Amino acid sequence: MILQAEHLTIRYADAPAPALSEVSLGVTPGSLMVLGGPNGSGKTTLLRALLGVLPPSTGSVSIDGRAVGNWPRDELARRIGVVSQREEVWVPLSVEEVVTMGRYAHLGPLTPIRAADRSVIQQVLERCDVAELRTRKADTLSGGEWQRVRIARALAQEPQALVLDEPGNALDVRHEMEVMELIRTLVDDGMACLLITHHLNLASRYADQVVLLDKGRIVAEGTPSDVLREEILSRVFGWPIAVTPWRGGSPQFIPLRPGDRDRIGG
Amino acid sequence: MTKAVQWSLLVGGALLAILTGLVFGATFNGPAAFIEGIRAPESMARTILVEVRLPRVVLAFVVGGGLGIAGAALQALVRNPLADPYLLGLSGGAGLGAVLAIAVAGAAPWAVPTSAFVGALTAIVMVYRLSVAAGRRLDPRVLLLVGVVVGSFAGAIMSAIMVLATASELRNAFLWLLGGFSASSWQALGVYLAYATIPVVVLMTQARRLDLLTMGEETAQFLGADVERTKRVIYVTASLLTAAAVAVSGMIGFVGLVVPHAMRRLVGPLHTALLPAVFLASGGFLVLADSIARSIVAPIELPVGVVTALVGVPLFALLLRRTLR
Repeated sequence: MILQAEHLTIRYADAPAPALSEVSLGVTPGSLMVLGGPNGSGKTTLLRALLGVLPPSTGSVSIDGRAVGNWPRDELARRIGVVSQREEVWVPLSVEEVVTMGRYAHLGPLTPIRAADRSVIQQVLERCDVAELRTRKADTLSGGEWQRVRIARALAQEPQALVLDEPGNALDVRHEMEVMELIRTLVDDGMACLLITHHLNLASRYADQVVLLDKGRIVAEGTPSDVLREEILSRVFGWPIAVTPWRGGSPQFIPLRPGDRDRIGG
Repeated sequence: MTKAVQWSLLVGGALLAILTGLVFGATFNGPAAFIEGIRAPESMARTILVEVRLPRVVLAFVVGGGLGIAGAALQALVRNPLADPYLLGLSGGAGLGAVLAIAVAGAAPWAVPTSAFVGALTAIVMVYRLSVAAGRRLDPRVLLLVGVVVGSFAGAIMSAIMVLATASELRNAFLWLLGGFSASSWQALGVYLAYATIPVVVLMTQARRLDLLTMGEETAQFLGADVERTKRVIYVTASLLTAAAVAVSGMIGFVGLVVPHAMRRLVGPLHTALLPAVFLASGGFLVLADSIARSIVAPIELPVGVVTALVGVPLFALLLRRTLR
């Protein structure tokens, strides 16, 4: 179990209710876990706690069996790559410089960048389809290009686990599908992956496990077919939702308009 | 421009600045006097060159370099290219220390720098304590705010003392505040190096962490930086470096602001290249500014802070316009 939370509760000061209560989950190598839920359900809070940015109020978080707070940050960065929700740059860094920062956890303070580092950088630039952008300044990239550069930087860390917070947000269909395919390939090669997304239809086709959060609690977890069910989704999102199987059997959901039920006779 | 050309320019420029600083001055001005100083071991020119001008030029160079990298590091820390080594309350503390020394001890030569150094350190400690009092973390925005507040408070006390002081004391304090190298000696150089060497080395080893900090604190953590520790190390070392500069040369503004900005455009924003480049360029810039300060209206010497501001402000305005597009 590379990422694990046990009875994790996070309480922000001055908040009436905890942001997370009694959450337990574990991400294993070679598996893709998708974390879903409405806005404000605690997804990003859970992610930040798992990464050791937010200390648990009660419960525990461990990485590779060791409490997250006991890991030196550079050792942690060699195990877990993160693509957070938002990030902006104020200095004009090139794409290659940004991705090179993914190697820093592998380098001493004054070690020069080695040939092995350059070859990793080249591989991840190609894998994320940004090799031709290497000399471009990061502040001139489109949202989708910037997102792929950040994924490349996380992969340059050569992590055992990848944590992504809504990576598909700024991406068009092709690039989002490419990112999902890339993630699936990495997972099939043995990487552990935790992904926050609102795109549950995609999640259903790629995920091994889906965890649904609502108001800081896990309300459903299991395979996509276990979790993506009409009654669960309608209740959690507070909107009528129909679920229908796509060709391979993976459930796809359709939010309904008032009156849709009568027309489709559901 | 290739890297080799860039670095040749930087090293060549720094050497040229040092040579200019050695050749020109109020007395024994020009190449002929310089050559005499080199050739004739017993000459007056030799004495001036070795005992007066050489320590002054070397001190100006290392003080400039120190102020430059302190500025570059603080700019990465607060994620703002407008941060200046003096912004974080140091100038107020140092100024107050100096003015107090002049008011209490008269113009004893050792009293002003010592008292300014103590004033700067007090301001550093106060700003740091107040900044972390708000939370366990060192928040750069709070740091800036507290720095300005502490600086203003010290400035107010300093103004009150200056109003109550006599005219000649006032002039001394005023001149000192604008900075200069007229009191340079091998001894002053030794004092500065004793305080500045470790901070310079430590800042150089933080170069990659500074890169990560420019990406934002959370991202820096995910990429392997111990952010809280890094911020503290950078604040303390950059402040110490600035305080050491204050002790030997008063307050010289704009070097730590303008040069890092210009160097980011030349060698890029990565600190492994930026910090050495800033050190060379700031050192050279201050040596040249000092040469102008002591020769342009000789035998009167302008405070070097006046020259750095006169050159620095227009340069900065230009860079700012180009940056903001």
